[in-house]
Amino acid sequence: MGLLDKQFNNSNVIVTSMDNLLNWARLSSMWGMQFGLACCAIEMMATGASHYDLDRFGIFFRGTPRQSDVMIVAGTVTLKMASRIKRLYDQMSEPRYVISMGSCSNCGGPYWEHGYHVLKGVDRIVPVDVYVPGCPPRPEALIEGLMKLQEKIRKETLVKKSA
Amino acid sequence: MTPQEITERLKATFGDAITDAKLEGVVDPFIKIKAEAIREIALFLRDDIELQFDFLMCLSGVDFGKGLIGVVYNLYSMSKKHKITLKVEVSKEKPEIPSVESIWKTANWHEREAYDLIGVVFTGHPDLRRILLPYDWEGHPLRKDYKVPEYYQGMKVPY
Repeated sequence: MGLLDKQFNNSNVIVTSMDNLLNWARLSSMWGMQFGLACCAIEMMATGASHYDLDRFGIFFRGTPRQSDVMIVAGTVTLKMASRIKRLYDQMSEPRYVISMGSCSNCGGPYWEHGYHVLKGVDRIVPVDVYVPGCPPRPEALIEGLMKLQEKIRKETLVKKSA
Repeated sequence: MTPQEITERLKATFGDAITDAKLEGVVDPFIKIKAEAIREIALFLRDDIELQFDFLMCLSGVDFGKGLIGVVYNLYSMSKKHKITLKVEVSKEKPEIPSVESIWKTANWHEREAYDLIGVVFTGHPDLRRILLPYDWEGHPLRKDYKVPEYYQGMKVPY
């Protein structure tokens, strides 16, 4: 703390870096976008409901991309749906994150060979931050994925990386 | 009525339009009929006092191979408690079958699905559009000779 240590008369002062403050705010309120594509969405709903209770992490689902920070792609991404997902992602305000939940959105899942209508991985249209494996992943796995994303956000910095 | 009695009744009325029938040794006894006669036969099956097929349980498009595609109609009579299956075959070059939408309303979406995935053209259908795939999709994916496209709207399709 050095220079600023014990220099304030009022005790209601917190000293921190901008990076820490922003990262703390972002990772403590990762609002998810409320949409599901297939059976993974059932598991996502179970994670959000009272038993696993995502609210305790400050995560709750918003009905519009304008108010969302995290898009959880929960389910099979069909080619018909892909353009809609791209549009929803574009409508989210930055900083925005994507969690690919389940084998289907990771790589096509069981449709990888004969799924003429399935996009083989949502990372072909939007950048993905965390992949959660499973078919479908259990709520614990999804929470693990969200924790991973929190760790990722914790390491973010405003400083431009030198090349 | 038994499948045999139903087939006899149809043969007595339509004669040549019934090309074949398999009533023994199969789970669902079926009658093969000519495509151009399907609407008259369907109307007869529904309105005849002895038959009363008031329920179209399912309508499926099928690729039979050897250049033949077709439609299978699974019929049931709620009042008479009997059922029968109809099969229609047409060539891939001219896959036209009259629509039965005016007889059983449930055929509307079923026929759209068969058109979407197999490519059967139902003449007289009021709204024959694709129902599952995007409107700009090319081809009918459940045909045996279907080739998966390399790209759709700039997105790579194969793994």
